[in-house]
Amino acid sequence: MNAHVNPPAAPPNAPVVALRNVHKSFGSLKVLDGVSFSVGRGEVTVLIGRSGSGKSTALRCIDRFETIDGGEIEVCGRRVDDAGLDVRALRQDVGIVFQSYNLFPHLTIEENITLAPHAVKKVPKAEARALAAKVLAQVGLEEKLHAYPEQLSGGQQQRAAIARSLAMQPKVMLFDEVTSALDPELTGEVLKVIEALAADGMTMVLVTHEMSFARGIADQVVFMHKGKVHEAGPAGILSSPSTPELAQFVGTGF
Amino acid sequence: MGLVLDFSVVLDRWQALLDGATLTLQLAIIAVVCGATIGVFGAIGRRGGNVLVERLCGAYVEAIRNTPLLVQIFLVYFGLSSLGLQFSAFTVAAVALTINVGAYTTEIMRAGFDSIHKGQIEAAEGLGLSKAQIYWHVIIWPGIERVYPALTSQFVLLMLASSVTSQISAEELTAVANYIQSETYRSFETYIVVALIYVALSFIMRFGFWLLGLALFPRRRRLGTPL
Amino acid sequence: MGGALNINHLLFLGHGALWTIGLSAIALIGGGSFGFLIALGRVSPSRAVRLLAATYVQLIQGTPLLVIMFLSFFGLAALGFNISPLLAAGASMTIFVAAYLGEIWRGCIEAVPKQQWEAAEGLALSRSQRMVKVILPQAIRLATPPTVGFMVQIVKNTSLASVVGFVELTRSGQIINNSLFEPFIIYSIIAVVYFSLCYPLSRLSRRLERSALQKKPALA
Repeated sequence: MNAHVNPPAAPPNAPVVALRNVHKSFGSLKVLDGVSFSVGRGEVTVLIGRSGSGKSTALRCIDRFETIDGGEIEVCGRRVDDAGLDVRALRQDVGIVFQSYNLFPHLTIEENITLAPHAVKKVPKAEARALAAKVLAQVGLEEKLHAYPEQLSGGQQQRAAIARSLAMQPKVMLFDEVTSALDPELTGEVLKVIEALAADGMTMVLVTHEMSFARGIADQVVFMHKGKVHEAGPAGILSSPSTPELAQFVGTGF
Repeated sequence: MGLVLDFSVVLDRWQALLDGATLTLQLAIIAVVCGATIGVFGAIGRRGGNVLVERLCGAYVEAIRNTPLLVQIFLVYFGLSSLGLQFSAFTVAAVALTINVGAYTTEIMRAGFDSIHKGQIEAAEGLGLSKAQIYWHVIIWPGIERVYPALTSQFVLLMLASSVTSQISAEELTAVANYIQSETYRSFETYIVVALIYVALSFIMRFGFWLLGLALFPRRRRLGTPL
Repeated sequence: MGGALNINHLLFLGHGALWTIGLSAIALIGGGSFGFLIALGRVSPSRAVRLLAATYVQLIQGTPLLVIMFLSFFGLAALGFNISPLLAAGASMTIFVAAYLGEIWRGCIEAVPKQQWEAAEGLALSRSQRMVKVILPQAIRLATPPTVGFMVQIVKNTSLASVVGFVELTRSGQIINNSLFEPFIIYSIIAVVYFSLCYPLSRLSRRLERSALQKKPALA
């Protein structure tokens, strides 16, 4: 019901996503150790780091797929760390795309896309279908409307998953290593779609291993190391890192 | 009569109940040991390469799995006596249950043996192991470890199913219950108590098989992970 | 008394076989409906509901069907409730089948990959929307082969209704045997009838299982 109600008013130039001193442990393993960064409207932030550095966990915390042990997370004016948060309202503002696409195998691409707008935002069926056609065109898959996910290549499935998130008209998009499960020759088509979104002014947070892609798209790079933000700054830090850890990380490719 | 429950007359016969429960466990253990042996050979037979043996083992499994235990018990009971062989009800029950669980075990173990990767067998062949050695070291034990949970469930089901042998007057727990309720007219209380004893027996059997698993599979004992 | 097996006996057996099928259908529908609730209870967000459903499953799966039959027929009669053999057999089968199908179906619900739940959550679907629109349609596909397989167990287990005097296939065989006393022949015929009811179901279940396994990869 509150789908169209705006969250508590935030100052016009407040960040869309802000993490402040976030702590998170899995059992005795500390995965986030005082992480802070923020993402302004229309900005693209890229999280990089070795596996286990905490970058995916940080991303998942933004959409409340993980709860945090300490600190604050604010997304679109909502306090995500608040136990009483309306999680579904948050997720209408935040789109997330996973490494393993996670399209619903029993639904066609069109049904995958219209499901949430119709079920959550009560968009009428016909309108939802028009929306599906629009977002599919945006990712270049208009002819796959009636296909089932298994009839698509990995790259196409991932583009369809992006379209599915776009159909909810999110204010910010999260991408969790969306090309890691793809064959190298298929990553390009997905990255191109993300670049087009960035050019359209979508606010985005990405976790990726594609360094040249990160360099091209990022307004801000956040290098995570051992659960901390080790170094952060504009894309330029990838070419001239100031810490030996980042230098070594970009030097080895990943 | 009214709805007054009186468990005391049932519980007073705890000695008979205990005897019945003991006999139920005995039946189950005999059938499990013999049935597991049949299962190993049956599973080897079903995948051994000899068409005739494969067919025979397959027919045995299908015949047993697609007919009720009660009918199997009657067939063994009357079949043996029509051959002029007289056995105690306990023996007939043990034989029928063994034949029954042997078929299920064959099928489960075959799935376990089939799950062993071809590379494992090739590696053993490359090391010069004989066919029997390969079966013993590389197929049978790892195969059983994989399907051990399914085997445990099947064996507990068998213990519960052994109640059906009361129909040929084997003196196990359900037969004892029938006898107690006919003496006390307390059918409801009797069957409630007996149901709870069966629940306890299933827990005991699961626990027993868990302990046996620790003894049989040292890798599992040390690492605690499924194979 | 005495005499040879004749057409009337076979008709009587046929009648019993129809009741075996009828009781199986009752058990599948009754036990299936109740079992569906048990499955949902087992994955409920409420701890109390989960515990209740789990206790039910543990108790029923730890009790022989025969004892459940005795309990609902003789037990309730001793308490003053008069219950027909059909009602006792139908209720017992329903109680029994619900515990097993509920557990099978819970497994199918949990076998739907966790990422599917997450993707549905990420799209802001409510819990019941996630269940109805995303998880259950996938779980039902997974559930079909084992459910058909369990139908074999249902058909076989209806034979235990004979002990409370319900005249299904096994009981009708016993009645004929009381006059003919040809137990081996009669029970062999009965075994063949059960086999011809169950074997097609077993085959179907295996075929469904195989095709479900093969369906994975597809064209690009």
